[in-house]
Amino acid sequence: MTVLFGQLFTGVSIGAVLLLVALGLALTFGQMNVINMAHGEFIMAGAYTTYVLQQTITSAGWSLLVALPVAFAVAGALGVLLEVLLIRRLYARPLDTLLVTWGVSLMLQQAARDIFGSPNVQTRAPALLTGNVALPGGVTVANNRLFILGLAVAAVVALTLALRLTPLGRRIRAVVQNRDLAAVSGIATARVDRTTFFVGSGLAGVAGVALTLLGPIGPTMGTNLIIDAFLVVVVGGIGQLKGSVIVAFALGVLQATGEYLTTLSVAKVIVFVAIVAFLQWRPQGLFTLRTRSLA
Amino acid sequence: MTTVTGPATAADEPAAPAPPPPARRTGGRARAALGFAAGAALLYGAAPLLLSDFRLALLAKYLCVAMVAVGIGIAWGRGGMLTLGQGVFFGLGGYAMAMHLKLADAGPGALPDFMQLYGQLDELPWWWRPFASPWFALPATVLLPMVVAFGLGSLVFRRRVRGAYFAILSQALAAAMVILLVGQQGTTGGTNGLTDIQGFFGYDLDDPVNQRTVYFLIAAALLGLLALARQLIESRYGELLVAVRDGEERVRFLGYDPATVKVVAYVVAAGMAGLAGALFVPAVGIISPALIGIVPSIEFVIGVAVGGRATLLGPVLGAVAVAWARTALSERFPGTWTYLQGLLFVLVVAFLPGGLASLWALRRTRRAAADRPPWWRRIPPARSGRTRTEAPAA
Repeated sequence: MTVLFGQLFTGVSIGAVLLLVALGLALTFGQMNVINMAHGEFIMAGAYTTYVLQQTITSAGWSLLVALPVAFAVAGALGVLLEVLLIRRLYARPLDTLLVTWGVSLMLQQAARDIFGSPNVQTRAPALLTGNVALPGGVTVANNRLFILGLAVAAVVALTLALRLTPLGRRIRAVVQNRDLAAVSGIATARVDRTTFFVGSGLAGVAGVALTLLGPIGPTMGTNLIIDAFLVVVVGGIGQLKGSVIVAFALGVLQATGEYLTTLSVAKVIVFVAIVAFLQWRPQGLFTLRTRSLA
Repeated sequence: MTTVTGPATAADEPAAPAPPPPARRTGGRARAALGFAAGAALLYGAAPLLLSDFRLALLAKYLCVAMVAVGIGIAWGRGGMLTLGQGVFFGLGGYAMAMHLKLADAGPGALPDFMQLYGQLDELPWWWRPFASPWFALPATVLLPMVVAFGLGSLVFRRRVRGAYFAILSQALAAAMVILLVGQQGTTGGTNGLTDIQGFFGYDLDDPVNQRTVYFLIAAALLGLLALARQLIESRYGELLVAVRDGEERVRFLGYDPATVKVVAYVVAAGMAGLAGALFVPAVGIISPALIGIVPSIEFVIGVAVGGRATLLGPVLGAVAVAWARTALSERFPGTWTYLQGLLFVLVVAFLPGGLASLWALRRTRRAAADRPPWWRRIPPARSGRTRTEAPAA
């Protein structure tokens, strides 16, 4: 029983990381149909922001707190830059956004290598987040994992509320549902695109801050996560945050269980096979926006 | 123009505004034969005469990449399926060949060297055994990738998973395969892969004469694949493939099954990548996860994009050019090459989606397009609505 709960929590915490990474993608890929391969490098930007801040703010706790908004802004600014320079021209060609942003991600990785050096760097975790909590039932849970879970939940709640309640959120949803009608109704769609991209990329920065708690920071840290995150959005169904939330945790638990029963590498293959099998059942993902268009 | 009412539809876009068609029907056959002869003369006459053994071996490596590119040109350029996992098929072909050569090097009954090192195995794993026979291993280099492509392709395309979804799935397949290969170090060689391959069906690969023979073999395979690709593109099936790319629903309404059309193109591309992988092994002497993962898989696509995805020769020339530039530049300026590679990708895909081949075509049609505004005054393409490939001006 203890083992089961332990595995379950490992799965949930893998899911929380996936969710943090996928949340920004759910906006930019799910809502705007832009496949941003540089999203992983925005995560890296968030992580390096934490590292740089820790050089000036010596208290690990404070630097982490300051890093959250700063990383959001840094990654968001990178995202807006990318949108203005390149993606704006490619909205009608989603597959090409994938290739173009992959080129951008190559350049960003090299830039990180030139600025920070190829070897990985490390941040110090605040004392509060280094220990473990003992839950009833004999399960111990790492504090940093709990923090990331909390962060993921907070991000989902904030994003959902922002999309549902704020005027900006309404504008984003209007543009997603029917761009032409939104434009005719007086919504500046180009500006909404930029803002959506800022928020989506900014969330990658937040994910980057969270990842500094789990491991080293390096130029290629984004690449390994990005595909899993894309799979989450694909399986979750585009245009729907709740799909991403469910699938992130489901895949996390599947990965953890698979790892426990077999090995890490076999677990990855199991997850891939499960995804292909799932798409046989629901090719458009778990949830889809119903439309009447002939696709 | 139909209005897009939700984001779901836009993911199903055909690949891109199709680059201008290369075809000029009049005299096509004669020109193709001439071009084929010229290519053969270049590969068999000029290259071995002019290049040193070292350069020739490099060229052999580039030609293997070009073979993968021919397949990507069919699947992506003609069929609109952006496959980011060709490394998987290249790797399956490569590993099948390397497993056979390793077993042949070790001699009958003996284990390959790395297995004793990492695996502490007493006997060969069951799935290695069939590869001892060349009658199994050689067909497997091509058939194994085709079977995997058929499996994934028919599962995915029948359920109408396409566009970005397919691209991401194909990429995930590459990631999963690399992780699997690295994880099973005892039986696959792990990160190092299968290295130090000495012989090739009784010939010593260190001998420059035999290396030259391998080059000739690769050149012949490339020419053969090009001829095959041309036959395919010019056939009725080729027309159907382009039709599926540009209007899948319309093809369905006409009574064809787009899924079958796509599966065939994907399987052909996989077979080509498998053959390329198989010939890469004797040319370079190694196959490893680093050669077939996500990054190399996307690099296969770069050459195709640069050369011109929808043409026959564009992918080949683009692949060779990019691979050559990589060797020439990355040795001297490793950092700069990465920037250049990224920039190349950005510029070509964003601003010249037809690749360099479209510059060539542009030259021909410049007069026809004289009333088009210059590129700096053109409005970015509209966000909504389906981009429709316009029929080529006759």
